[in-house]
Amino acid sequence: MAEQITDTRIPTVIADELHIVYRVNGTKTGKGSATAALSRILKRGGEERGVRKVHAVRGVSFIAYRGEAIGLIGSNGSGKSTLLRAIAGLLPAEEGKVYTDGQPSLLGVNAALMNDLTGERNVILGGLAMGMSREQIRERYQEIVDFSGINEKGDFITLPMRTYSSGMAARLRFSIAAAKDHDVLMIDEALATGDRSFQKRSEARIRELRKSAGTVFLVSHNNKSIRDTCDRVLWLERGELRMDGPTDEVLKEYEKFTGR
Amino acid sequence: MSETTHDGSVAVSAPPSPDDGLSAADLAAKYGLAVSGARPGLVEYVRQLWGRRHFILAFSQAKLTAQYSQAKLGQLWQVATPLLNAAVYFLIFGLILQADRGMGIKVYIPFLVTGVFVFTFTQSSVMAGVRAISGNLGLVRALHFPRASLPISFSLQQLQQLLFSMLVLFCVTIGFGSYPSLKWLAILPILALQFLFNMGLAMIMARLGSKTPDLAQLMPFVLRTWMYASGVMFSIPLMLEDRDLPVWITDVLQWNPAAIYMDLMRWALIDGYEWDVNLPPFAWLVAVGWAVLVAASGFVYFWKAEERYGRG
Repeated sequence: MAEQITDTRIPTVIADELHIVYRVNGTKTGKGSATAALSRILKRGGEERGVRKVHAVRGVSFIAYRGEAIGLIGSNGSGKSTLLRAIAGLLPAEEGKVYTDGQPSLLGVNAALMNDLTGERNVILGGLAMGMSREQIRERYQEIVDFSGINEKGDFITLPMRTYSSGMAARLRFSIAAAKDHDVLMIDEALATGDRSFQKRSEARIRELRKSAGTVFLVSHNNKSIRDTCDRVLWLERGELRMDGPTDEVLKEYEKFTGR
Repeated sequence: MSETTHDGSVAVSAPPSPDDGLSAADLAAKYGLAVSGARPGLVEYVRQLWGRRHFILAFSQAKLTAQYSQAKLGQLWQVATPLLNAAVYFLIFGLILQADRGMGIKVYIPFLVTGVFVFTFTQSSVMAGVRAISGNLGLVRALHFPRASLPISFSLQQLQQLLFSMLVLFCVTIGFGSYPSLKWLAILPILALQFLFNMGLAMIMARLGSKTPDLAQLMPFVLRTWMYASGVMFSIPLMLEDRDLPVWITDVLQWNPAAIYMDLMRWALIDGYEWDVNLPPFAWLVAVGWAVLVAASGFVYFWKAEERYGRG
């Protein structure tokens, strides 16, 4: 990294003192919860009673450059996925800002798919949900189905997705999600789905996506896959950026921290 | 966070660059980066929404199909459900209560069934609107698209549902002696106007529901009150004619959007449901007015909070 010439470092994502807060309704139980709810409705604005605030990301700042593959590590609940969603512009920031080049996209279409529909219709629906055009989907349709390997054991793509095994469904979801090219790509633990041969195929596909994408973010608990794919790592702990640097350096500290 | 060994060892791997002195905002401006998740302008928003039209349509059709996919009779329920609904209303109001108030059964049954179907269209659009954002947070938090796609898509689903009901309605109307005529052409503009109105309402409800999901519990009561006030089972002018009330009260009650779309549809479909007796003055004008007003204001109101949907 250090040899890189300065004028080629074009920033693609800038996070500036980013804070994300979740608000959760109705977590206070027992006596007084109904009155709390009432006062919450009556008193609009201000500090609400009965609403728990979860401060998931606390003042994170970093700059990501074109061509970088950045790993996000940290223990469960440290704010990794939240940070990704904020970069994608899917979660509004409480304070601070995220600036991005183009529209960063999260690799994942799970939420758009419907279990009661056939795999075939889900491919189309998922593609449209990601913003592909009908023509693009038609072009890629066979590719997606072949990649998922759903039809290897018979004509499963015309069956409703609820009839799939969990592995098959996960494979189809990944195949749909990976069908689109992105400027800034974010992957949230997507590499651990499917059997061994599918994992190999998906890792290859991720590398391909990395080549065409400007910047890749990868969330994973698997230090090996971080080491294999990333050249820079952000370490989040309790919503704070604890360390930001080259993969080896950060992972060494992280492994010391987690006791491995 | 003071118990950790946070020694500020944020590794600096970047070599010195001319950008070092710049603040984040200046740096973003220099390389043309935009604030992520910012709300686009209204025109740009419409353009994005138009770009997503295929998704909106496919999503509504998928929801519609998914609804009955577990049932043995499958998509037959699309028609069977409104048919059974009509049968129940016929049984209770037509045969048992004989609530036709001198309208005659040949007019009253199509009158009732039209009212029920047309009102259900608005009612289910409102209910779907309330849950459009709050019930699809997973989708909102995972993918990027103009959020108005959701309430629009749900209204579109209800429109397709209504088209199945219309088939049943045609059979009922013909069965009670009102045959197709040129007046039936008016069904199309009436449906279009009501759809616009419903869509606007769904967008308003979607924004309210995203902030206060409790509306899903409250709305059924509001909607039922609205239904009784709109004359689904009875004719407003017939009901009020023997009361000593000024005419304008009847007019105002009939200008209520749900009532106006029902009455226009009844006039278009049913022989013997005469315009001058049953419809308030300026009926078409009011119908267009409601549609344009609610659709436009609902859209703007929804768009104003675009960047805030999806917060927990």
